[in-house]
Amino acid sequence: MSYFGDIFGGIRSLLTGMKITGGYFFPSIIGRKYTITRQYPEEPAVVAERFKGEVVMWHNENNEHRCTGCQACEIACPNGTIEIIWDRVLNEETGKKVKVIDKHIYHLGMCTMCNLCIQACPTNAIMWSTNFHNATFDRSQLTKVLNHPGSKLMTGVEE
Amino acid sequence: MILTNTTNYFSQFIAYFSDTIGWGMGGQILAYVLIAIVYLIFFALAGLYLVYLERRVAAFFQLRLGPNRVGPWGLMQTIADALKLLSKEIFGTDRKDKLLYHTAYYLVIVAALISLSVIPFSNGIAAYDINIGVFFISAVSSVGILGLLIGGWGSNNKYGVLGGMRSGLQMISYELSSGLAILTIVLMAGSLQLSEIIHQQQAGWFLWRGHIPALIAFVIFVIAGTAESNRTPFDLPEGEAELGAGYHTEYSGMGFAWFFLAEFINMFIISAVGVTLFLGGWLAPFGITDGLGMPWLWGFIWFFIKVGLMIFLLMWFRWTFPRLRIDQLLTLEWKYLLPIGLVNIILMAVLVYYHLVF
Amino acid sequence: MEQVIYNSADLKSQEYFINMGPQHPAAHGVLRLILTMDGEMVKNIEPDLGYIHRSIEKQCEHEGYKQIIHLTDRLDYLSSHMNNEAVALAIEQAMQIEVPERVKVIRTIMGELTRIASHLLWWGVMGMDVGALTTFMYAFRDREMINDIMEETCGARLTMSYSTPGGVMFDLHPNFVNRVKEFIPHLRSVIPKYDELLTGNIIFQKRMKNVGFLSAQDAISLGASGPVARGSGVSCDRRIIEPYSALSKVDFKEILYQEGDNLARYNVRMKEMYESLHIIEQLIDNIPDDGIQAKTKALIKLPKGEFLQRVETARGDFGVYIVSDGKKNPYRVKFRSPGFSNLNTLMEIGKNQLLGDLIAISATMDFVIPDIDR
Repeated sequence: MSYFGDIFGGIRSLLTGMKITGGYFFPSIIGRKYTITRQYPEEPAVVAERFKGEVVMWHNENNEHRCTGCQACEIACPNGTIEIIWDRVLNEETGKKVKVIDKHIYHLGMCTMCNLCIQACPTNAIMWSTNFHNATFDRSQLTKVLNHPGSKLMTGVEE
Repeated sequence: MILTNTTNYFSQFIAYFSDTIGWGMGGQILAYVLIAIVYLIFFALAGLYLVYLERRVAAFFQLRLGPNRVGPWGLMQTIADALKLLSKEIFGTDRKDKLLYHTAYYLVIVAALISLSVIPFSNGIAAYDINIGVFFISAVSSVGILGLLIGGWGSNNKYGVLGGMRSGLQMISYELSSGLAILTIVLMAGSLQLSEIIHQQQAGWFLWRGHIPALIAFVIFVIAGTAESNRTPFDLPEGEAELGAGYHTEYSGMGFAWFFLAEFINMFIISAVGVTLFLGGWLAPFGITDGLGMPWLWGFIWFFIKVGLMIFLLMWFRWTFPRLRIDQLLTLEWKYLLPIGLVNIILMAVLVYYHLVF
Repeated sequence: MEQVIYNSADLKSQEYFINMGPQHPAAHGVLRLILTMDGEMVKNIEPDLGYIHRSIEKQCEHEGYKQIIHLTDRLDYLSSHMNNEAVALAIEQAMQIEVPERVKVIRTIMGELTRIASHLLWWGVMGMDVGALTTFMYAFRDREMINDIMEETCGARLTMSYSTPGGVMFDLHPNFVNRVKEFIPHLRSVIPKYDELLTGNIIFQKRMKNVGFLSAQDAISLGASGPVARGSGVSCDRRIIEPYSALSKVDFKEILYQEGDNLARYNVRMKEMYESLHIIEQLIDNIPDDGIQAKTKALIKLPKGEFLQRVETARGDFGVYIVSDGKKNPYRVKFRSPGFSNLNTLMEIGKNQLLGDLIAISATMDFVIPDIDR
């Protein structure tokens, strides 16, 4: 009879479901076998090396960067995230006026991590950092100056 | 064979206390108040730690760890939560029906608390061991429904009304089934007194002695009990995917906390009644701890182990099954549980009449 | 005193309105449904959109063609790769760029992985909508593996911005092939468990079967696409009608169910995960090695004209329609989002259903609100 068939079929299907959840529960309470969550501050987060956390500018040990101020990243950026303040300074050795960046301003709050600026950079001056601790208490802290104070253009990087 | 319940530690305590203090009626009342305070403390702690248990068990079902930061193993988590809720503003709509809105959670909590008083926790430990204990619990738990109903209505929220109506519908339906399941056991025991029912099970639990009809009654009781405590396959009154929070949508702070605590205490009561009726209450399985002394302590231990297992079963249901629809809920009750329960009670009556139960 | 005689026809219950959303636990986002209710019965549904409108189509008119792509991530964020691919394909079609074979294969694999991830998330949320809360974490455990694969190669877990006009952003990570090969048998082993947990469950079956019937005729006339239409037996898979990328080289079936109810839509998605795995299996072993970027100019300008590209995302037929006037940014961009049309069907089939059924139906529709609103 389908009336009793329904009842027994129903109970069997319910027990099958309970078997699945129970199969995860009992090993988990003993050895945390199936536990998938990570206890974050104690266990460090695993971040892939390509992870797009924020844009940073690479500096060497002499506080020199590779940014020539060509503004390719500024043009490539879809959101107006990057602003470059630059000037032309007389290079004493060659006697030519050279474009030098004053500030490479990066608005992290506007960045959508689309990678276009880094793709556009001809001198590989900017790169991704995997830092994801980007939360701040104040929006103004999200505006960052990427070149370190007093940094210079690395010699050998063409304009 | 039948051992009658002669000692009740609470009545002894009341007599002893009022004699020592010697204020006549006043001493008695003071003793009652002391017992009530003990029960209130138990109530709060049981509620809070059931919430903790639920969260922990749910976490392990869901491949998580659950609360484990506040205190050792997160044991203080729910106490911290309760403190937070205590300090919160009670914030609701200004168009609520003030009287009903504020009566609702007291009804729910008081009903749960009164039900707790008749449950025998151990041999002779029940605050109010009356001879109609089972009936009393069924009656009082119906008052709690009223709380949900008027809470949903009084908060002047459409989700609340829907939730309250659903809870009324659900509880009234499922009270019938759980009542029939209880009656099946009462037929065997021949008594409505909970301690008496437990004493009769010294020859064997009723789940075993009543074999087929008792097993069917137990299944019906568990299903109906899940429905009465508003837990997941039957959590329609608050079904958060449909109604937001159902009848307690407009409650915040302690108002919400009362509903929440009462829900867990109801789960405890359902489990305790189930354990008392079917699984021998505080009796040790096969009497394995009978000769070890301190019978009241072993009674406590076995009672809480059994109740814990029942509660775990309800939690297992909750974290496995999807929710029923409102018409399916009624179909299950009126087309399946109720007819089966009725046939079952007749079967049990026949078996008892011809002494075919163990 | 006059005697009042009531008969049942006079005792009409009053219809009332409920705002389901914009903040509601079951709405997958900020969708507001204005429901006309009669007791528990939904009499009429009126969706109110605009709570997450970001005017992406208008923004696209001010961006270069390369820059449009990252905006499409934010449409249907669960099938972001397919959206990217659609724009990239439209631009390539307009400029008549022939992309390397490797790019085609990578895009197809990524697209199918995204589809699986999207369907996994849908499965978890589906369970939650009908009350089984545990499914969510199980689905997320497996989806996390895809997210990790994506993070390793694309550098992002959800909004990948991986396709570019003429290629892809990065080459595959060296671990990619191995991890995908690990993932395929894992998913094949867990989906039967999903079935045991939820699909076979009597309560779930009763909630799903013969509920929310959408006829094939309605599905076509309301513009439904994707699993919603395929659950009603309408063959509409863009991957088969006009195969793009590497899909012409692989062999796979279109999942069709004739019933048109909730369970059919559910089954279509469950079976589609197997098909996606099948597609990936055919491609993963021999990914050609001929570069990841076709030669394009630094500044892309499309020729004058109108260009349309349709792809099959996890939710259905996603179309990109670009009108170009020869400048460096498009004159007009229109996205045809599958969710918007599928919402039409909800208005039709959600009527005269119980409130609980409406939730179940909208769960099987698999809405992503930013896709509807754009």
